[in-house]
Amino acid sequence: MSPEPTPSQTIGPFFHDALLDRNYSELVSPDHPEAIVIRGTIYDGAGEVVPDAMVEIWQANRTGRYDHPTDDRDDLPSDEEFSGFGRSGTDVGGEFSFLTVKPGPVPGPDGQLQAPHVTVSVFARGLLKRLVTRIYFPDEEAANAVDPVLSTIEDPELRRTLIARDEGDALRFDIHLQGDGQTAFFAF
Amino acid sequence: MRQQPTDETAGLRPEDNGQPPYLYPDYVATRLRAPKEPLIILPKTLSDTTGPAYGRGPIGELDNDLTRQREGEPLGERIIVTGRVLDGDGRPVRNSLVEIWQANAAGRYTHHLDQHPAPLDPNFSGAGRCLTDDEGRYRFVTVKPGAYPWKNHDNAWRPAHIHFSLFGPAFRSRLITQMYFPGDPLFEQDPIFRSVRDREARQRMISTFDLETTQPEWALGYRFDIVLEGRAATPMENPR
Repeated sequence: MSPEPTPSQTIGPFFHDALLDRNYSELVSPDHPEAIVIRGTIYDGAGEVVPDAMVEIWQANRTGRYDHPTDDRDDLPSDEEFSGFGRSGTDVGGEFSFLTVKPGPVPGPDGQLQAPHVTVSVFARGLLKRLVTRIYFPDEEAANAVDPVLSTIEDPELRRTLIARDEGDALRFDIHLQGDGQTAFFAF
Repeated sequence: MRQQPTDETAGLRPEDNGQPPYLYPDYVATRLRAPKEPLIILPKTLSDTTGPAYGRGPIGELDNDLTRQREGEPLGERIIVTGRVLDGDGRPVRNSLVEIWQANAAGRYTHHLDQHPAPLDPNFSGAGRCLTDDEGRYRFVTVKPGAYPWKNHDNAWRPAHIHFSLFGPAFRSRLITQMYFPGDPLFEQDPIFRSVRDREARQRMISTFDLETTQPEWALGYRFDIVLEGRAATPMENPR
């Protein structure tokens, strides 16, 4: 008999000293030639910024390979320097930020390819469970149009919430927890 | 305004699988932070059957002993907290990062936003981490955290708890939860604890006193096993 899962509880407001004791938001060094900044602001249902959230990202490397034993595609180079994991708190302005590289495409269901994306967890006081979302890239229009996850979202407005905006020096991915323009969130 | 949490099994939904809902109005902060649009079901792909291996950098030798991280010993009731981390099939989750944080014995966090007028303890950071062993086992030495007040409703107090953060084998298995202590009189008025509508599931957040873990003349032992969603990768099918 399978054991029953332990329930989730909120991260609360006091996690910083334990979980953000160092800077975990730079997945590559700032002088990496392909480094990109992804940043965003988290808003609540009243449009107020959320200054006490924690955002984690998980992504493949530039070639689309995950640093994990389940990803056994040995033809793709793994990257010793790149774990694919990052963690950022939000600041008083509700903003999180990561320095990373754009991931390559990764396999999807039924042998399809998924458009490049970054998988995201959001934790905060008032969230009894994490929220899961994905960051897609604005310069991947063709791949996004046929992405097997994006195309399950019928509402074009909701689908658009998953595509980062190019701000020139950075990609912006704002997260709206609730209300008008709520970000699309996932369950497993 | 007095807002006594209501209910017994109101809001219990089988599809929650023992997990709390996002919106639980008795926990006031959920009202503006819970999403209202239906969640989109993610197909199982490499993006979530993989996950960060350790999550973070190296583990220090004293990171799992919160009573020996500073110059002197923290005040309070010394305790040992140990248990196993299992995946959805009941298999041990090995070599996986466990992070904890908690209030000190007086119910005060080191965090600069904690305004509770209880003393800080210069000998207590309240933060620990370790990796699970080959049986999925972790172990921390710490002091029993105190209860503390918060502003959710009139005269609201959180039951004593230790926050746990776990990665497990995949992105799907990521979990942050809280471990409670048996017999706490504050459970009945705590909306965070009660947000888990399934009474049996609530019990899975409560540690058990364990005489076997208890060390004579030294520290009480509590046992807390954690079961994560999802499954570990097929063991070593494709070693790299």
